[in-house]
Amino acid sequence: MLSDITLGQYFPGNSFIHRLDPRTKILATLIYIIAIFFADSFLSYAILTGFAFAVILFSRLPVLMVLKSLKPIMIIVLLTLGIHMFTAPGEHVIFTWKFLSVTQEGLELGIKMSLRLMLLLLFSSVLTFTTSPIILTDGIESLLRPFKKVGVPAHELAMMMTIALRFIPTLLEETDRIMKAQTARGADFSSGNLLQRAKNMLPLLVPLFISAFRRADELAVAMESRCYRGGEGRTRMHELMYKGIDYAAFGTVFVLTALLAFLRWGTALCAL
Amino acid sequence: MSIDIKNIFYTYMRGTPFEKKALDDVSVSIEKGEIIAVIGHTGSGKSTLVQHLNGLLKPDDGQVAVDGVNLAGKEAAARKARQLVGMVFQYPEHQIFAETVYEDIAFGPRNRGFSEAEVDKQVREAMAFVGLDFETFARRSPFQMSGGQMRRVAIAGVVAMNPDYLVLDEPSAGLDPRSRNAVFKEIMALHQSRGIAIVLVTHSMEEAVKYARRMLVINKGKILFDGNPADIFKNHQHKLVEVGMDEPQVFKLAALLRQKGLELPQGITDDVTLLQMIKKAKGWR
Repeated sequence: MLSDITLGQYFPGNSFIHRLDPRTKILATLIYIIAIFFADSFLSYAILTGFAFAVILFSRLPVLMVLKSLKPIMIIVLLTLGIHMFTAPGEHVIFTWKFLSVTQEGLELGIKMSLRLMLLLLFSSVLTFTTSPIILTDGIESLLRPFKKVGVPAHELAMMMTIALRFIPTLLEETDRIMKAQTARGADFSSGNLLQRAKNMLPLLVPLFISAFRRADELAVAMESRCYRGGEGRTRMHELMYKGIDYAAFGTVFVLTALLAFLRWGTALCAL
Repeated sequence: MSIDIKNIFYTYMRGTPFEKKALDDVSVSIEKGEIIAVIGHTGSGKSTLVQHLNGLLKPDDGQVAVDGVNLAGKEAAARKARQLVGMVFQYPEHQIFAETVYEDIAFGPRNRGFSEAEVDKQVREAMAFVGLDFETFARRSPFQMSGGQMRRVAIAGVVAMNPDYLVLDEPSAGLDPRSRNAVFKEIMALHQSRGIAIVLVTHSMEEAVKYARRMLVINKGKILFDGNPADIFKNHQHKLVEVGMDEPQVFKLAALLRQKGLELPQGITDDVTLLQMIKKAKGWR
């Protein structure tokens, strides 16, 4: 039943990409995403696509599995392609059918837009595939820390995320167990109309909520009895530290952005 | 009439890096009317095994048949099997959901399609079996009861379905000794009066020896031993210790007393008998 669901997307490994500091990966992903939105020529897109695939290969993830993460947005990608193809104004008409016409400009724009979407998702899924959720929140907390001065509760946000993530598998397990227990008592979760089905969920939801509240209560007591009082002066077991590979990664991303910037604005600069 | 398991295999999270083999070529037959203890270390596969008995889990390979009906691939057959095989999970009080004790116990029998009169009869009988007074508790909210009482409500909820086989996954976990004994006494009474088969999953040697005539020792997804508990403890003590199981305290104490020269008969399996035998050997009253 539910125990077969892989948690989050994390795929354990020990590749170069896996070992990078989470902050490096988050920042690199952000820079990459910004770069995608500034890219305009097909050459830039080719470079970005090549870079994404190089990273996937480096991470030693099964390529097919990473590509599968594109599946949920495929409809949006196709819609984007279609709408741009048929509606973008342009001069070089390739194909006309009744009132619809496809222009070269529209087609190009459509392809670029869909590529943007796919690269965006592909690159960010590499981030979640190679970083365990807990380490990811550590990275987010660390990156948000400077914003504490303007009132962003960085530690509290990270703690909430960590706790939420920590309890996903526990609650899934609990759901699985209660579902089995009620199935053993003859409950039926999969047939009947919508109203009937919602009603059938009660024997699952009531115990689940009760146990979730009980767990929350127990956790709060456990935290308080260990003198938890927020992030003030708290030290951590795993200090995040930038290492050689992180500087190398930043260097690579910098070269990539410089190259893309040159492709976009370089010719204008040369003309000056 | 029996539950027959033939060469089943089961793996959790197949095809991911978290893959875990839980059952590895297990074959066993559970006869109607017997009490059988399934014993093993945490993660040995004992819970996985019993979830195959009523089709909650489907084996990757192999066959499960309840009273001659093969469960493989047929949801209808599995549903029918669930009416014959009642299953009490670990910490069953966590599955309670209804507003009153009566409604919660009636959930199973109603799903079985009993008439309201039959449901009422089954609920009353089940409550009597687990020692909950109908007049006192039927209209109470189960969430205001103590842990031991809630567990009884949950067990009654399964008993009320009137199963032919009853599987209990560590029914005594987290209870104090008195409630533990009470729960077992009720289960044994049920076995005697209705003649239903009891499958008792436990990792307590004491319970296995005390209540079961047959014991399955599971280790790493395989059946290590199948036989009379006392015989298994006598003949395979080293192997049992090796797989993380310890001899029951009663046996240890009896052996120690024998060493010290006390005349005790073999095969004492519970503390009460041991006490009687000691008294007898010493000539006390």
